[in-house]
Amino acid sequence: MLNPNLNLNTKLFDTDVEKKPTRAGFGTGLVALGKEDPNVVALSADLTESTQVHLFAEKFPERFFQVGVAEQNMAAIAAGLGVTGKTAFISSYATFSPGKNWETIRTTIVYNKSNVKIAGHHSGIMTGPDGATHQATEDIATTRCWPDIEIYVPCDAIEAEKATIASGKTKNPVYLRYSRDKTPLITTSKTPFTPGRMQEFWQGNNPQVTIFAMGYMVYYALVAASELEKEGVNVQVINASTIKPIDIEGILNFTRQTGAVVTVEDHQITGGLGSAIAETLARTTPLPISFIGLQDTFAETGTPAQLLKKYKMDVPAIKNAVREVVRRKN
Amino acid sequence: MNENKLKELKLKANEIRHLIIEALDGANHNTGSGHTGGPLGMADVFTTLYFHHLQHNPENPDDPDRDRLILSNGHICAVLYASLALSGYFPTSELKTFRGFETRLQGHPHRGILPGIENTSGPLGEGLSQAIGIALARDLDKKDYIVYCLTSDGEHQEGNIWEAAMFAGNKKLNNLIQIIDFNNIQIDGPVDETMPLEPFKAKYESFNWHAIEIDGNDINAISDAITQAKNLKNKPVIIIAKTLPGKGVSYMEGSYKWHGMPPGLKDVEGAPPKDEQVKVALKEIEEEKSRIMNKEL
Repeated sequence: MLNPNLNLNTKLFDTDVEKKPTRAGFGTGLVALGKEDPNVVALSADLTESTQVHLFAEKFPERFFQVGVAEQNMAAIAAGLGVTGKTAFISSYATFSPGKNWETIRTTIVYNKSNVKIAGHHSGIMTGPDGATHQATEDIATTRCWPDIEIYVPCDAIEAEKATIASGKTKNPVYLRYSRDKTPLITTSKTPFTPGRMQEFWQGNNPQVTIFAMGYMVYYALVAASELEKEGVNVQVINASTIKPIDIEGILNFTRQTGAVVTVEDHQITGGLGSAIAETLARTTPLPISFIGLQDTFAETGTPAQLLKKYKMDVPAIKNAVREVVRRKN
Repeated sequence: MNENKLKELKLKANEIRHLIIEALDGANHNTGSGHTGGPLGMADVFTTLYFHHLQHNPENPDDPDRDRLILSNGHICAVLYASLALSGYFPTSELKTFRGFETRLQGHPHRGILPGIENTSGPLGEGLSQAIGIALARDLDKKDYIVYCLTSDGEHQEGNIWEAAMFAGNKKLNNLIQIIDFNNIQIDGPVDETMPLEPFKAKYESFNWHAIEIDGNDINAISDAITQAKNLKNKPVIIIAKTLPGKGVSYMEGSYKWHGMPPGLKDVEGAPPKDEQVKVALKEIEEEKSRIMNKEL
């Protein structure tokens, strides 16, 4: 059942569940942060409205900088702002930022210890119709390897707003991952969000498997958990909304009960959430793990539902992975 | 600039050259590596900045009102380290740790571990954007310090720097002064053979920058250009400093071979035997200092 202590959306499994894209939470979170802190600035590389930074730009035009289609320039300008007392947000599609400008961010923001937040939008195959060029499916792998960065992947628009605001409270560089399509609201305004802490969204009676899910894929993991419960398989679902620093204590505590893991992410299975969980467990308590995500392939144009099915990332695929990992456990 | 000041700065420039050679001698002993041509060629520009134009305070390196000096082509950091040490940011004795193990004088400069370093650099083409970011923050804060950005000709083959040039020109950023080390050398050979940049001045002018071309080893000309740049308030300014790489050491002058090599590392055609290279370089620099000292005013 949904964890009763976290004030989650009780209408989550209704067919008419309210949906919003996580990028919307970025837009409103950034405005909230801008009201609170006059040193917050934002930059866009010609994707102002689709990354929702237009809300900030309209409210605080003097603190918004349009750089044109130039993601490297955007990152390094932000680096200069970030070492001069500003909290600078750069906003683009994740394939371009932190994709195209990866080394610029590495040198001028991360190693340079500049107070910059990188908002990567249109992540995952849920970007759908734009095709694989615009579906960022490696961004966690390519940012997670940087020292001193924090990485938040909110599971819905409400958590996205909280994560955006939280990112402005640390001086560290932060990578924030958002998505394009409308996805169900899982949390409510009363659900706590603490960077660095994973939360148990679904509790099972004597659960056999721990499902760690990232971003909007948490919804599909919860649907899978609820269907599995009816079929007599109890699992727990963890919202892994901070990928770095990874919640080592949480991972060990959750899996102590279950002894088997499924990871669920809209990202390549190489280097993403699944890898982070596997690295953590391998150090102390290696467990059987099944990885849901893109299996070392690029996706293609299509609707999110078509793509999730074809690339075996949908609810039936998650349920199969649970059964498979249970078999390996026994 | 009066003659006394000019003489003082010329002596400083050669003190910096002396310290550069000592730092590179250290780097050669520490890890057998270092860049020589660029630092020697830029000693006059760095001298004119650190000992004449730059508003800075080595006692308080984080003074929020200080002018900022952003070094984009981080590989010439020997001249930055020598200038900072001579200004009093850290002891000159530390220069010999350059490129060694656990030093604050990293192979390419790193912000936060050594006072006076404003930005981490090395990968080319990124400094001008950072200088723009600092200038934007300055304008938001309603301050009026100057942001200097030192770049190189070779790094203008990077796309990022033209993105930055386009931005600064379009936004008419002022109090942003780029000084480019136009020495026509890069690792693979002369710039005008590797990937020519001409017509360079016209390119910047078409990006709405004011461009001034000078002899980058003439302290008077450098100083006059900076004064002119400070007084121009409606657009960014680039000072194209035509410098002689290896300036001050006869066997290095004009040769691209010394771009990425310290003296004493190996025998090179046209240079003294490797064991003599440091000694000869220091001797020539000291002789030049004597000539400047003894020159009648």
